[in-house]
Amino acid sequence: MKILVAIKRVVDHNVRIRVRPDGTGVETSGVRMSMNPFCKHAVEAAVQLSEAGQGDEIVIVSIGPKAANDVILTALAMGAHRGILIETDAELETLAIAKLLAKVVAEESPDLVLLGKQAVDDDSNHVGQMLAALTNRPQATFASVIKLVGQSLEVTREVDSGTETVSIPLPAIVTADLRLNTPRNAALPMVMKARSKPLAVRPAAEFGVGLAPRLIIEKISPPAERMAGKTVGSTSELAAYIASEISQMEAL
Amino acid sequence: MSTLIIADHDLGVLSPATARVIHAVAELGPIEVLVLGQDTTAVAAEAAKLAGVTKVIVAHSAGTADGDVQVIETLAPRYTYLVQSAGSVGKDRMPRLAARLDLMPVTDIVGILGPTRFTRPIYAGNALQTVTDNQPQHILTIRASAFRAAAGGNDSPIEAIDVPVISAAKLIAQHRTESNTPDLATAQIVVGGGVALGYSENFKLIEQLAKKLGAAIGATRAAVDAGYAPNDWQVGQTGKIIAPDLYIAIGISGALQHLAGIQGAKKIVAINSDPEAPLVKLADVALIGDLFEIIPQLIAELEKAGVNR
Repeated sequence: MKILVAIKRVVDHNVRIRVRPDGTGVETSGVRMSMNPFCKHAVEAAVQLSEAGQGDEIVIVSIGPKAANDVILTALAMGAHRGILIETDAELETLAIAKLLAKVVAEESPDLVLLGKQAVDDDSNHVGQMLAALTNRPQATFASVIKLVGQSLEVTREVDSGTETVSIPLPAIVTADLRLNTPRNAALPMVMKARSKPLAVRPAAEFGVGLAPRLIIEKISPPAERMAGKTVGSTSELAAYIASEISQMEAL
Repeated sequence: MSTLIIADHDLGVLSPATARVIHAVAELGPIEVLVLGQDTTAVAAEAAKLAGVTKVIVAHSAGTADGDVQVIETLAPRYTYLVQSAGSVGKDRMPRLAARLDLMPVTDIVGILGPTRFTRPIYAGNALQTVTDNQPQHILTIRASAFRAAAGGNDSPIEAIDVPVISAAKLIAQHRTESNTPDLATAQIVVGGGVALGYSENFKLIEQLAKKLGAAIGATRAAVDAGYAPNDWQVGQTGKIIAPDLYIAIGISGALQHLAGIQGAKKIVAINSDPEAPLVKLADVALIGDLFEIIPQLIAELEKAGVNR
């Protein structure tokens, strides 16, 4: 089974972001960047399938500026075989990303495409589903278990009511949730080895896909600040507060 | 200018999220509701009662993304807006639908500023994006907790349609978390537990308090990862987003990803042993101490105060 994993470079999820005062966006210069956490779970899933003898070649693709090479190298150090950077300095919408990935799927013909369920910068949670639509493949999003059964995958999905298991025939698209696995930290020899693995850099324009945005982002603003609170000294004070909140709530 | 809302439902019951989505988009035009699934008679009847609904359409579906999207796509040309709540079904189906129709969706909407202007959170709610969507059709998902519910008392017609569907995916098993507490995403009061609680047995304490308050139960990612609480209790950037009138956070330090899920709460109470915990700083009211002592006392005090919901 050939596996393609699409990954994104984002502001590190532990960084407390700052909205630019002029409303044009979130400050990303001089901020620590890393692989989107959900993408790490997707890479780990691919490597584990490969280690179990169920996956062959693992190809990593990322779309972004030159610096996104970093996250591809991280994925190669985790055990992937080859990387593709589709280079662009533009902030592309998820639909454009999915169209570029569909071109890569057409070139590479992977049996399985793995992605993170969402990127923690724009929190969209679109690309896997869109790629499944554009390539006319079945999808299993928010995966917490992936099992290969013959020519199909049985995927357990985390949903609002608990979990559900779907069977999807290959070729298919799966997006990773947090409990799918524990991503490994690559050992130093693997990090060194990653540098010698093939990494192709191709300009986004080469793919002949319309990349112009459909939506107009008017502004980015910070959320409303909460009023400062207080500390109470006893459980009875707290109970009184809760009781009064409830009676106000019920009065409405 | 009409709107199709895809209903959320489970176990033959309409989700409270759908009434909120209907209310959220009521000003955008007349609303029809699509109920997809099997044995949905009761769900359709519930949807038909909601104010603002002009028709309920019922279609058979096997509960898979590719199948559901085929049905919605067949109906899509009739509508300007195609809308679902940003729950696990809407998140799964609507981006697939959007790509099928070559449209860029606007998802997780928390504010509707006009027919084509919306606000949505990014970076775990630490920033808000104001977006204009000038495409000919609009695919939207709505964060239900950010809106009030539509009233009842309506009696709109129900129409069954038959759309042949070929789904490659098959739903083979469902595992539900058994619970008689209210729906977490739309509950008025939520009691949340963190990893500080320890074993899942200790989550029973939270359940007792929740029962007393008629509250839903939430948990942090760490508590779910540790196996103390089921995955559908997770509140945060990647779990459920809640906006209760009152959130009681117990033993939760307040990781950025958890805070993202509770920013819509009107009042926040924190019970924690650490006075420096981010959630204690954020809370309207905090009590510092040992939660294993505090919770039983609190239940007793609430009992004394005559609180029983």
